[in-house]
Amino acid sequence: MTQERPREDDVAGAPADVLYREAFRISGGDYEHGGEVAARVKAILKELGIDPACSRRLSIANFEAEMNVIMYAESADLVLEVAGDEVRVTVADRGPGIPDIGLAMQEGYSTATAEMRARGFGAGMGLPNMKRNTDRFEIESVVGGGTTLRYAVRIA
Amino acid sequence: MRLSEIRDLLECDVLCGEDRLDLEIEECFAADLMSDVLAYCRPNALLLTGLTGVQSVHTADVAELAAVVYVNRKRPAGHILDIAREKEIPLLSTPRTLYEACGILRASGFAGGSRTR
Repeated sequence: MTQERPREDDVAGAPADVLYREAFRISGGDYEHGGEVAARVKAILKELGIDPACSRRLSIANFEAEMNVIMYAESADLVLEVAGDEVRVTVADRGPGIPDIGLAMQEGYSTATAEMRARGFGAGMGLPNMKRNTDRFEIESVVGGGTTLRYAVRIA
Repeated sequence: MRLSEIRDLLECDVLCGEDRLDLEIEECFAADLMSDVLAYCRPNALLLTGLTGVQSVHTADVAELAAVVYVNRKRPAGHILDIAREKEIPLLSTPRTLYEACGILRASGFAGGSRTR
């Protein structure tokens, strides 16, 4: 995992309602560090005084997203933004893409390998669980191009 | 029930978090699939698992679990204990199997810590 501190102009260049922005790099295949980005973001949300229930829901989505990148993609950038009445996250990966998003959103549908399952993931719960834990969830995918997730949790 | 009483019931070794054994535990959840924990486990539950990878501790952190008990005498590697210490998550290890450990806790009156689907 590498972490990029935002430059001041990152926030300045973002939409006017963005109060905090930070980007994190997730490396595909790096199981040993899988979860560190979600843990780091959770610590940031705590420092920012975000409601613990909101933080937990978003962190669960982040952890699932992070593990998906590690399992399936080459790499991804996870961008955290605290803006107005929500905390929002964009995860844009460089990966194989998802041919059938409807199928991937079904609980229990999985293309996971034995190694993924041995790590405790790949049970086909990731995307549905991300949707369940967020107030807004969008997914775009191009086969051979990559997948982008955009989700947000309203701040209580 | 206090975590120290669970330690005694399951004959656990305490791997880290000795100073937090007075935690009150009201619910338990058992799984080797961290996805299931993230999907179904309520916060503050005790997790019983056979998965000792780093994701077990990150799952406990992200899902705000009280503590983790590893079954079958399993123990995570030292660097994983360091992460748990930093996150203040007690880790214990029991010689019991997952089935036995769940049975003992259930017989002691623990409810399952899962949310209603």
